[in-house]
Amino acid sequence: MNLTVARLTARGLLGRRRGLMLLAVPALLLLLSVVIRAAVGEDESTTVKVLGELGLGTLVPLLGLIAGTGAIGPEIDDGSIVYLLSKPQPRWKIITTKLMVAVGCTVVFGAIPTYIAGVILFGDFENLAIAYGVAALVAGIAYSAIFLLLGVVSRHAVVWGLCYSLIWESVVGNFVSGAKTLSVQQWALALARKIAEPGVVTSAVHLPTAVPLLIVVTIGASVVAVMRLSRLTLAAES
Amino acid sequence: MTTISIDRVSRWFGNVVAVNDISMAIGPGVTGLLGPNGAGKSTLIHMMSGFLPPSSGRVDIDGVPVWKNQGAYRQIGLVPEREAMYDFLTGHEFVLANAELHGLADPGAAAQRALATVEMEYAQDRKVTTYSKGMKQRVKMASALVHDPSVLLLDEPFNGMDPRQRMHLMELLRRFGSDGRTVLFSSHILEEVEQLARHIEVVVAGRHAASGDFHKIRRLMTDRPHRYLVRSSDDRALAAALIADPSTAGIELDWTERALRVQAIDFYRFTELVPRVAKEAGIRLLTVSPADESLESVFSYLVTSA
Repeated sequence: MNLTVARLTARGLLGRRRGLMLLAVPALLLLLSVVIRAAVGEDESTTVKVLGELGLGTLVPLLGLIAGTGAIGPEIDDGSIVYLLSKPQPRWKIITTKLMVAVGCTVVFGAIPTYIAGVILFGDFENLAIAYGVAALVAGIAYSAIFLLLGVVSRHAVVWGLCYSLIWESVVGNFVSGAKTLSVQQWALALARKIAEPGVVTSAVHLPTAVPLLIVVTIGASVVAVMRLSRLTLAAES
Repeated sequence: MTTISIDRVSRWFGNVVAVNDISMAIGPGVTGLLGPNGAGKSTLIHMMSGFLPPSSGRVDIDGVPVWKNQGAYRQIGLVPEREAMYDFLTGHEFVLANAELHGLADPGAAAQRALATVEMEYAQDRKVTTYSKGMKQRVKMASALVHDPSVLLLDEPFNGMDPRQRMHLMELLRRFGSDGRTVLFSSHILEEVEQLARHIEVVVAGRHAASGDFHKIRRLMTDRPHRYLVRSSDDRALAAALIADPSTAGIELDWTERALRVQAIDFYRFTELVPRVAKEAGIRLLTVSPADESLESVFSYLVTSA
């Protein structure tokens, strides 16, 4: 962890409009939870739907995408990354620091609001709020690592990230059940299923599959990101 | 005292050869890397600053390869061509961040010193976005100097600067050079390089076209055959008078243009000859224009003569 890198990353990430956007998305989830609670009352299946589809299914991947790619992509695009790289700093330190900032963002704007939304909707019954809170936290870490890697390797990281979270996890996953095995969302749901009362949360993968996959993907993506960053070349301005 | 050595270096991108078998050694003092746009100057600087591996050959600083060697940045100060530089920071925050990233013992003092060197203290608390191009260039310079490097690499540092800023930067670089630092800057403008660098390396189309002190390069450039288009009140009489002098190598009467095409081999003598001969013969000169004064033609001459 390098404090200067963290400061620069956080300011770049939260500065100006992006910060507002990061704030608006969870605010919307909380607002919706209040409205639903007022209209429907405490309802288990509604809570599962809101937390699962809106929180874990939409808010968290979106945040992971914004925070993960935003932590490094713009700097590579505009070339200002050269000021970080032309220093005697190991590349792994830069990547882990940026990852931690991105994860921090998904925790503050994703996991915590998901937990609070759960409490608003359903109190602390059946451990539902904490289950989705933890799932959002873990998914946030994995998404951040994957999208950070995308930010390093591709100039179209956001597009690729959207393709993954919208098309693969949502659409393809709905039609081809095998696709769900390779879905961060499902891995996180496996964790939520374990924490919540039995039978409330469903997931397509089991915990013994989900946990190793989460770890391998998170670490693997970070390692590849470090390797790619060490080989980063500067394109001439043309 | 640090030496950058480039040994039989080539770099290609797919089928395009950007740098073609170049060898040079750059020692203390100010060296100018001169060449037209697209000649491979930036590619060379990227390789010297560890942001591009050579496809073949070696790029070393004091015998140690630069590529994938983060320790080399303790010695290198880099001023990149691109302007982006964490615009949301103030000048002071930016230079301070660079000092911290270098792991300096007292980053605050180092940042202040660097900002003083480039005379940017007066605007150090303004956001970088509000800076003019010259101011940005100076803050970039401060960020490159903050760790007191022995090598300074600058990619087209004078681009977009007004004459006053240019003079100030030249003065600064001259000072670093005389301090015994190895300063290398690229430029596509001969006059710029000539004013600042004692030593010049010329690169054209990826090849090392010439190397030496600026007198030698200047001579190479002025001694080449010059072509002129001349129109006068009596072209034939003028042609006869010009060809009698050894500074003229050939004259053609161009009927479609109604002009003389003159090839001169001694630039200074020829420029003095034309008006004198015309005056003596009572001929009025209507046009005297260099036909190939573009930098590209100067460079391509250097390549063919190298």
